[in-house]
Amino acid sequence: MEDFSRLLDELYFTNATSAKEKILANFLRSTPDPDRGWALAGIAGTLRFDLFKRNLSKSLILERMDEELFKLSYDYVGELSETIALAWQVSENPVLLNKLPGLTEVISEFQGRGKEGIRQYLVELLDNMTPPQRWALLKLGTRGLRIGMSARSVKRTLANMKSVELEVIEELWHGLEPPYESLFAWIDGKADIPDISNAIRYLPVMLAHPLDEEKDFERITPQTHIAEWKWDGIRVQIASNGDETRIFSRTGDDISGSFPDLVEAVDFHAIIDGELLVRKNGEIGSFNDLQQRLNKKKPSAKLMSELPVHFRAYDILSKNGESLRRLSLESRKEELTSLFENFDETTFSMSKPLAFSNIEDLKKMRQQAEQSNGLLEGLMIKDKSSSYVSGRPKHAWYKWKCDPYLLDAVLMYAQRGHGRRSSYYSDYTFGLWNDKGELLPIGKAYFGFTDEELKQIDNWIRKHKMKRFGPVQEVKKELVFEVAFDSAHNSTRHKSGYALRFPRIHRIRWDKPASEANVLADLEKLVHD
Amino acid sequence: MNKVNAITNNAENWMQVRRQGLYCVPAEAYIDPHEPVERAIITHGHADHARPGHGEVLATPQTQAIMKVRYPEDNPVRISLEYHQSHGLKNNINLWFAPAGHVLGSAQAVVEFDNHRLVVSGDYKRHDDPTCKPFEVVKCDTFVTEATFALPVFSHPKLEHEMSKVLRSLDAFPERAHLIGVYGLGKCQRVMKSLRNAGYQDPFYLHGALVGLTKLYEEFGQDFGQWIAATELKGKAREEMRGRIVLAPPSTLADRWSRSLPDMLPIMASGWMQIRARARQRRAEMALIVSDHADWNDLIRTVEETEASAVWITHGRTDALEYELRKRGIHAKALDLIGREEDSE
Repeated sequence: MEDFSRLLDELYFTNATSAKEKILANFLRSTPDPDRGWALAGIAGTLRFDLFKRNLSKSLILERMDEELFKLSYDYVGELSETIALAWQVSENPVLLNKLPGLTEVISEFQGRGKEGIRQYLVELLDNMTPPQRWALLKLGTRGLRIGMSARSVKRTLANMKSVELEVIEELWHGLEPPYESLFAWIDGKADIPDISNAIRYLPVMLAHPLDEEKDFERITPQTHIAEWKWDGIRVQIASNGDETRIFSRTGDDISGSFPDLVEAVDFHAIIDGELLVRKNGEIGSFNDLQQRLNKKKPSAKLMSELPVHFRAYDILSKNGESLRRLSLESRKEELTSLFENFDETTFSMSKPLAFSNIEDLKKMRQQAEQSNGLLEGLMIKDKSSSYVSGRPKHAWYKWKCDPYLLDAVLMYAQRGHGRRSSYYSDYTFGLWNDKGELLPIGKAYFGFTDEELKQIDNWIRKHKMKRFGPVQEVKKELVFEVAFDSAHNSTRHKSGYALRFPRIHRIRWDKPASEANVLADLEKLVHD
Repeated sequence: MNKVNAITNNAENWMQVRRQGLYCVPAEAYIDPHEPVERAIITHGHADHARPGHGEVLATPQTQAIMKVRYPEDNPVRISLEYHQSHGLKNNINLWFAPAGHVLGSAQAVVEFDNHRLVVSGDYKRHDDPTCKPFEVVKCDTFVTEATFALPVFSHPKLEHEMSKVLRSLDAFPERAHLIGVYGLGKCQRVMKSLRNAGYQDPFYLHGALVGLTKLYEEFGQDFGQWIAATELKGKAREEMRGRIVLAPPSTLADRWSRSLPDMLPIMASGWMQIRARARQRRAEMALIVSDHADWNDLIRTVEETEASAVWITHGRTDALEYELRKRGIHAKALDLIGREEDSE
């Protein structure tokens, strides 16, 4: 556990990605199995279970600390694990250990114990640890390690250790399980490459760059590119070996449990990429409708009949166990078409290329998307020859989203941020005026501004404080943000009765008097429920 | 102190919070005002306490000297008071200074009026500092305290422990220039002196912005061994900074000058470094927890040792300290002073 904590500290405090990768590689080379595999899982975020619940560590600290002081500390530090690590008070009669256990022992102890045993063990470890070690344990235990190292960077480290292409590790990665002994045996040259042909695995998705209207138009022709709608659902991957099916979110989370109707409908052996949507009264439903399904871990039969799932397929990554990722997009679309030939259109459909002959046609289609009441987010424009590459390769796929809506809203409340933004006021709640001249909140945003602007806003907030509600700081109603958002809906989340989709700060209107901000009636016009 | 008296002669009756700062009515004097005033009692030389433009400045000789370095154009009537030297102000107010342990010359302003004693501690700490006089507890009726690190998460480690991190790193990376970001008044000199005490024998390399105040410390008898003005080294001459300690203001950690240092390792020394994200915000690759303010336990201990029946809290995490002191039965309240940097050190 000491080694692991030291590794995390080193990674956390190192700035350069390449230096981090070197530190990790050195650790993985010099640490024996299975400790290194568990450390790798912790860092890459592939542990499949929590060692203990976040609530357990919180309840332990509250036994040792005044609740009000805890709240103030947590608000200030901006992170639960670090707050606990720093504020921990050693028990009155602590069990003192000569030496901290290793990572593997810690993991197996937590897994093998019951509720009370887990509690005792956690206290025992925390009592014997320094604040950085406590932090490492708490972060690992609740799978929230954030040390500025992406999954991709971890894979690149492994690729470099074996001197192979990153793609080789990408293909393997989701077919392997911690503590990765077969992977390390191969890296060490003691075994062949691990066999994962039957594993149901997630493959990191291919992403698009925003279209740059000035530079990218000249690259796009009907001969070289296809266009298709960008649907406003959630991007998912269906992976099935014919017997067993899983549905993964864009980030690789297994969300099969929320969509048993989709799992049931799959009877192919393939990995396909597409948009998850719902239908309502026979038509494709809005994102708001989909959200009702997303929030349910186990949907009721009633909900599934009211809002049945629909999958619009964009791409195919493998068929009958054979990878198609290196084929061109054009060939993959053909494979996809043949897979869906006999499918029932109510649950599955193909995203069909849209015919166009020039850029003007594309512009018209994008305008059509703007009139879709939020069903379509815009257009995707893809190079026909592109192979399927995880990540965001340049000039392969473009997304061309509809212009966002803009409204001038008044800053009402602010909260301190987390992580890199800890202690800065970086989460903003803003509102519009109603006809009685009251401000009512419509949404919250925490991005869209530069670090420099963040400091300016933070400074403004500190000088315009009003009342405080726990972590929420009320401010004078004087600063106007131009807020951009993709759509607006009726909602009970905010007092105004509206909610925004994907709100962000578009511009800070330092010059604009708050009285001239928009009114709720302006937002009402944009609602399409 | 006499508790009955503390109630009949409540400091609230003759102290005020004004826009310019804390004001003693009968003495017609402000304490650490942040705007120019006729008469100012200054606890120490940090810029958010010591500002230019006052008519008359009452401070320790060291603080007067620091203000002269910082504001060479400023020319108030200066009344210098050694620690414990009494000075009569208007209406029989007695003023004297007690050491605050914060930086060179830092003082608690002790104001005595009609059998009531009020102590304005300014910024203070209880941990070791080889560059200034240690904090003295002055028993009083009303104690005015800061609250910069007033949260239970702040528990400052021993200075030696933090310095040993730097020395170990110098052993491990003898090819890297170790750049420590420090504030110019107090932190810089305390870090240098502590590193000397920990056994660092090579020269220090000082950024130009730190030279003036370091020389002033030397005039007051401090010895930091050999140091070299780093900003004067150009081109190849910079190579000699490998494996040695460079000190510069925190803002330089990410600037062009520091990138010209050979294989620079950015280190930040500050009490905030206890919070990881703060260190990352500074892009520091090593965080030294070196605070010139009292930590949570020391704040509470100090307040209790003064035996004050009323405690006023000036700046920092005022809500947490006010809460804790009230829980302990001490009458505490936060003053709404403006002009204090919430996170300054």
